[in-house]
Amino acid sequence: MMVKKNIAQILVGIDSNTVLSGARKVKTKLITEISKQGLSDQIAVIETGSIGPVNKGVVIGIYPTGEIYGNMSEEDVAEFVQERLVKGRPYKKRLLPERLPLEVDLSTYDPRRTQYVGRIVLDNCGRINPEDIEEYIGVGGYEALGIALKEKTPQEIISLVRDSGLRGRGGAGFPTGLKWSFAAREKETPKYVICNADEGEPGTFKDRLIMEGDPHKILEGMAICGYAIGANTGYIYIRGEYQLSIQRLKKAIEDAEKLGLLGQNIFGTDFNFEVKIKIGAGSYVCGEETALLNSMEGFRGEPRLKPPYPAESGFLSKPTNVNNVETLANVAPIILKGAEWFRKFGTEDSPGTKVYTILGQINRPGLIEVPMGITLREIIYDYAGGISTGEFKMVQLGGTAGDILSAELLDLPLDYKSLQEVGHNLGSGAILIMNESVSVVDLLKCGMKFFVHESCGRCSVCRIGTRQMYESFQRLEKKIAYPDELENIEELAKGLKLTAFCPLGQSVATPVLSALKYFKAELSEGIKPHKIYKPAVRNQSRAEIIYS
Amino acid sequence: MALVHITIDNQKLEIEEGTTILEAAQKAGIKIPTLCAMPELGFKPGSCRVCMVEVEGLPNLAASCVYPVREGIVIHTHSERTRQARKVVLELLLTDHPLDCMTCEKNGDCTLQDLAYELGVKESRFGRGEKKLPLDESNPFIVRDLSKCVLCGRCVEMCNEIQQTYALNVGYRGSKTKIIADGDSDLRYSECVSCGQCIAVCPVGALIDKNAQGKGRTWEFSRVKTTCNYCGCGCNFDFNVKEGKVVKVTSNPQSVVNGINLCVKGRFGYDYIHREDRLATPLIKKKGKFEEASWEEAYQLISDKFTQIKRESGSDSLAVLSSAKCTNEENYLLMKFSRAILGTNNVDHCARLCHSSTVAGLAQAFGSGAMTNSIKEIAEASAIYLTGSNTTENHPIIALEIKKAVTKKGAKLIVADPREIELVKYATLWLRQRPGTDVALFNGLMNVIITEGLEDKEFIAQRTEGYEEFKNTVLRYTPEVVEKITGVPAEDIKKAARIYATAPTTSLIYSMGITQHTTGTDNVLCTANIAMLTGNVGKENTGVNPLRGQSNVQGACDLGALPNFYSGYQKVTDTSVKDKFSKAWGVDLSDQEGLTVVEILNAAYEGKIRGLFIMAENPAMSDPDLNHAREALKRTEFLVVSDIFMSETAELADVVLPGVTVAEKDGTITNTERRVQRVRKTIEPLADSKPEWQIICELAQKMGYKMNYNHPGEIMEEIAQLTPIYGGIHYNRLDDGGLQWPCPDAHHPGTKYLHKDKFSRGKGKFFAVEYKEAAELPDEEYPFIFTTGRVLYHFHTGTITRRSKGLNEIYPEPLVEINPQDAEELKVKEGELVEVASRRGKIRAKVQVTEKSGKGVVFMSFHFREAAANLLTNAALDPVSKIPEYKVCAVKVQKIA
Repeated sequence: MMVKKNIAQILVGIDSNTVLSGARKVKTKLITEISKQGLSDQIAVIETGSIGPVNKGVVIGIYPTGEIYGNMSEEDVAEFVQERLVKGRPYKKRLLPERLPLEVDLSTYDPRRTQYVGRIVLDNCGRINPEDIEEYIGVGGYEALGIALKEKTPQEIISLVRDSGLRGRGGAGFPTGLKWSFAAREKETPKYVICNADEGEPGTFKDRLIMEGDPHKILEGMAICGYAIGANTGYIYIRGEYQLSIQRLKKAIEDAEKLGLLGQNIFGTDFNFEVKIKIGAGSYVCGEETALLNSMEGFRGEPRLKPPYPAESGFLSKPTNVNNVETLANVAPIILKGAEWFRKFGTEDSPGTKVYTILGQINRPGLIEVPMGITLREIIYDYAGGISTGEFKMVQLGGTAGDILSAELLDLPLDYKSLQEVGHNLGSGAILIMNESVSVVDLLKCGMKFFVHESCGRCSVCRIGTRQMYESFQRLEKKIAYPDELENIEELAKGLKLTAFCPLGQSVATPVLSALKYFKAELSEGIKPHKIYKPAVRNQSRAEIIYS
Repeated sequence: MALVHITIDNQKLEIEEGTTILEAAQKAGIKIPTLCAMPELGFKPGSCRVCMVEVEGLPNLAASCVYPVREGIVIHTHSERTRQARKVVLELLLTDHPLDCMTCEKNGDCTLQDLAYELGVKESRFGRGEKKLPLDESNPFIVRDLSKCVLCGRCVEMCNEIQQTYALNVGYRGSKTKIIADGDSDLRYSECVSCGQCIAVCPVGALIDKNAQGKGRTWEFSRVKTTCNYCGCGCNFDFNVKEGKVVKVTSNPQSVVNGINLCVKGRFGYDYIHREDRLATPLIKKKGKFEEASWEEAYQLISDKFTQIKRESGSDSLAVLSSAKCTNEENYLLMKFSRAILGTNNVDHCARLCHSSTVAGLAQAFGSGAMTNSIKEIAEASAIYLTGSNTTENHPIIALEIKKAVTKKGAKLIVADPREIELVKYATLWLRQRPGTDVALFNGLMNVIITEGLEDKEFIAQRTEGYEEFKNTVLRYTPEVVEKITGVPAEDIKKAARIYATAPTTSLIYSMGITQHTTGTDNVLCTANIAMLTGNVGKENTGVNPLRGQSNVQGACDLGALPNFYSGYQKVTDTSVKDKFSKAWGVDLSDQEGLTVVEILNAAYEGKIRGLFIMAENPAMSDPDLNHAREALKRTEFLVVSDIFMSETAELADVVLPGVTVAEKDGTITNTERRVQRVRKTIEPLADSKPEWQIICELAQKMGYKMNYNHPGEIMEEIAQLTPIYGGIHYNRLDDGGLQWPCPDAHHPGTKYLHKDKFSRGKGKFFAVEYKEAAELPDEEYPFIFTTGRVLYHFHTGTITRRSKGLNEIYPEPLVEINPQDAEELKVKEGELVEVASRRGKIRAKVQVTEKSGKGVVFMSFHFREAAANLLTNAALDPVSKIPEYKVCAVKVQKIA
């Protein structure tokens, strides 16, 4: 019997996925069963955020041994406790191949080469109880804020972030330190820090799991940013669907305020910082920072003209800094451990790690954090455990608005610069891996349907162009497309990229153009041979087209 | 702003930093096609993506309408890349747009059509994705065909940023995006005020003037620029004419006063011109019935009767009512007719009923009674004190300037009004005084200003007189005393006073809520007092600005249709003036001041006035205590009325002469900011009608006085010679935006604001004014205060607007506005009938329950003959100006079971 007092912890991943699979019931049952066995003194059951795997139902982990069990149900619990905790042997029925991320000795470890299990952003996710501020503080939480406020000037903080090479993790990869310096140099007050938690890209849910697993880290990052740019108010603009995130963030804010870590005179300094939550109403385009500002101000969620940029005139026309959740989660570790340390991870151009949600026909879908610069092949075959059925065909990188890449790019390092060199983008962090059963036309059609629905409708090319492309893909799917269909699609996509008002409209072209580049042959199969070009005939096909 | 160097299509240019590429291109003479942007109105939605240009160094194209130039920028506006991109954009727009140009109202005037032509796009390479959205024809003036909408957003910008009605917005998203009214209701049932501003900016056929549909293509119309004949704003627009008929009104961007802005009446309220019931021939009443007559017969009869009455009872038994709806030239001629031919100064017009107290009050204080500033200066004021003016409904275009001042330029607005008018929404402070207590309120404000030492001592010392006596009076009106009289909290009085006195420029705007009281002149004197006290007059953007009600009420006063003045406010009692006119007109003239409107009717009632000529006025609706006024008209032995319709007054006449509308004559009218502008003959007089100036001339000839002009321009030449303030007004100078008097000579540019350096009377004079109660106050029997005014959709006595189909559809019947608390006590609900009675009469109308009316106050408009509000009003007069007290009388309200 391995159990000694307080020697083991059972981590129950309670996030919005696992809740639906009954995680709370499993947790209660665990407590009951452990207590029945008289082990309550030795084994603590701890609620934590996502442990990693996402298609494995209720996931629990055991600390410090690191094994992970998935698809746990209430019925499993008694047997699990008996087998694993009382008898001390693995509960094979539910054991997963993944392991809990454990401490890493950096001195002997090359994070660029080896499969990395140590983490920056997700360090606490799945390890601590997100609803207990003491646990966060126990692992060094809010220390970075204290150091920032007491030992560093705002300018030093900005320099530190700039030196770390941190780039925006929302998709565009803009250097964070530079962004902060824009807002910092504005004279107008008040200024605002906004955390963009409107994670709308289909297939991307990293921000949700970060917020659910480690909410205080976001708050700490925001407060540090506020100090750096001279803002005293922060807003988290969060999707309405993210109920658990909202609930945990609210609690985190309350707890931090109680301890004086947010609010007035933080750490006894004259710096004040409050954080408020604004809940979005469900619009993809509101993830774009200026549309987000409109939405926050109660206006129609459509992008604003740039310039002026938010740093100059943002929320309520005041200087505003908008950062993604993941970006902000990197801030406290950088302050605490330094730019040098941060630069040990990732590449020269894109230091640090990246959190991905890996999905599709792979063996181990889930949430991973890996250094920038590792290849798609590593992600698919090392982290994702390889293709589950059939052969690898393609990958969509960065959500619905991301590039569709073929096998020839499997060895491309995933970092901002390498991708840019071949004309692609890293995107939001979703990696959708598909086998030969998925048709590229179907993929494009479904993606375009999403854009038809989510285009704000303001600018003509996006409003009409998305629908035209959707119709084209429908024709391709039915193999009744026109001989010039692909040329028209390409023309249209290029037109959108050149002329659309906002990044949404421009990014619609991304999957289309990359698919045309790598899968032209397959797309051409949808063209009906000898079909005569007749606009009047096109009109008739309208009857079949249904938008919803 | 700094100048930067740019290169645009290989042209080097030096231009202000921050200018958009589109504007820079315009300056370089390069045309960039656009669909959504209207830089001249500040619209830069950047939504159509047609104006894309190439900026070297940018990965994507830039929308030139919004992209600002910077140092060294290199721009290509017509590169192959931009051309291709524009074609794609246009082809996309065309997939979504019905290609029914052959039947589209907008054909020939459509930006999308022009673009397709310019870029040579014949058909779209993309599939047809035509939207099929139902036509919204609910509004009587505006058809919305959203299937044709290109979602450029111009109408939304117009509605929300300039008109500020907030009726239109972009609704839904993605391919379902469309322009919605309110929460996607029909336009008719939304906040829409039917101004049609959206039609004026729509680049395609999505917004169409309903009543002009099918009446002609744009190239078939001739356009005649003219001045609107409704309120005193003096907006210009174009009458569109086809085959001798006015088909529609369109905005003329060159208009000085209004730009492209027009209100519902100006844009759509002209269908009365071609009404079937226009008076077609002269009519003579025989045995109580009108019979058609020739002009000759009519002139002979009038000439005979007037001559006979003059011979029997003397010149002063005759009188003339001139018209604020007729031209300057006609007013001049009619007063000349009265004075030179009839031999009496009994000439007046309805200005007596609206702003005579302004003329009297401001003349005493400043030396002349008109708006001291221009309409465009309103938007530049740092604070605006608005009192007694429901500007949104009565001077809609001036209201836009007020809204602009508040929302775009950060001005502070103080509204002092017993009613919760629309502009209260824009106000920093709303003072809701009890009707009739304006003097007390003003004195209270001035008390605070003096006690807190906020007065402009230098201005008072150098430019004014009579300060000490005035000050002693005002000091007795402490905010606490004033609170008791007016009901306005003392704190608010203090706040308002501080804003008034400390803002760099405070423009005081008022209208009939101030003037139509027995204390009207006192109220006006107070406006002059507070302006002088704070040094807010005689300067740009700040002054005392009475808004005149009718299109030419300013001009009718200017041209001497007043019993005490010749044209240009030259006194009839002044011998040198009399001699001047006597010499010019070749007759002896009376130096006795004549009677005012109400006095003329009172004299007629008593039989002292036997003959009366009324030109295009309707005292049988507009005068107070109508039962009395109508009886007076009935008793008038010989009544001649010229008008375009059989008005309530014309019905009582012995001879009715058919006049013409503003579309059928040349002339000038003077708007509220003293701007003399042209009206232009657009169509020939209909049937056997004649312009009033011609009628007066011919009648004068018949009566043996030589009055011979070929054109109104010749009359203006005579006016200019005899009238110093109009000395430089000549038709050839009026083509571009008119001239503002005083304009003493042919080289004078006109006067933007009055009393610069020196008041017309020399020094400005303070008057000590004491508060007096209104003539009739509520009591147990008549417990409510009754107050009157106008509504947006109707004008004055309704003679023309009640004949406009659409206006009448939107606002078909009189409504009695009462406060919800009062409604509850009276147990009446919205839409139920009530009887409103005063000591003078009673009327029935439906109730509108609204917070607009304060408790104990009942409001009605006076447009409706079926429930004429003036049957109730009190004919008590202001002792100085003789204006009746339309704004306060006592009534009782009863529910009709």
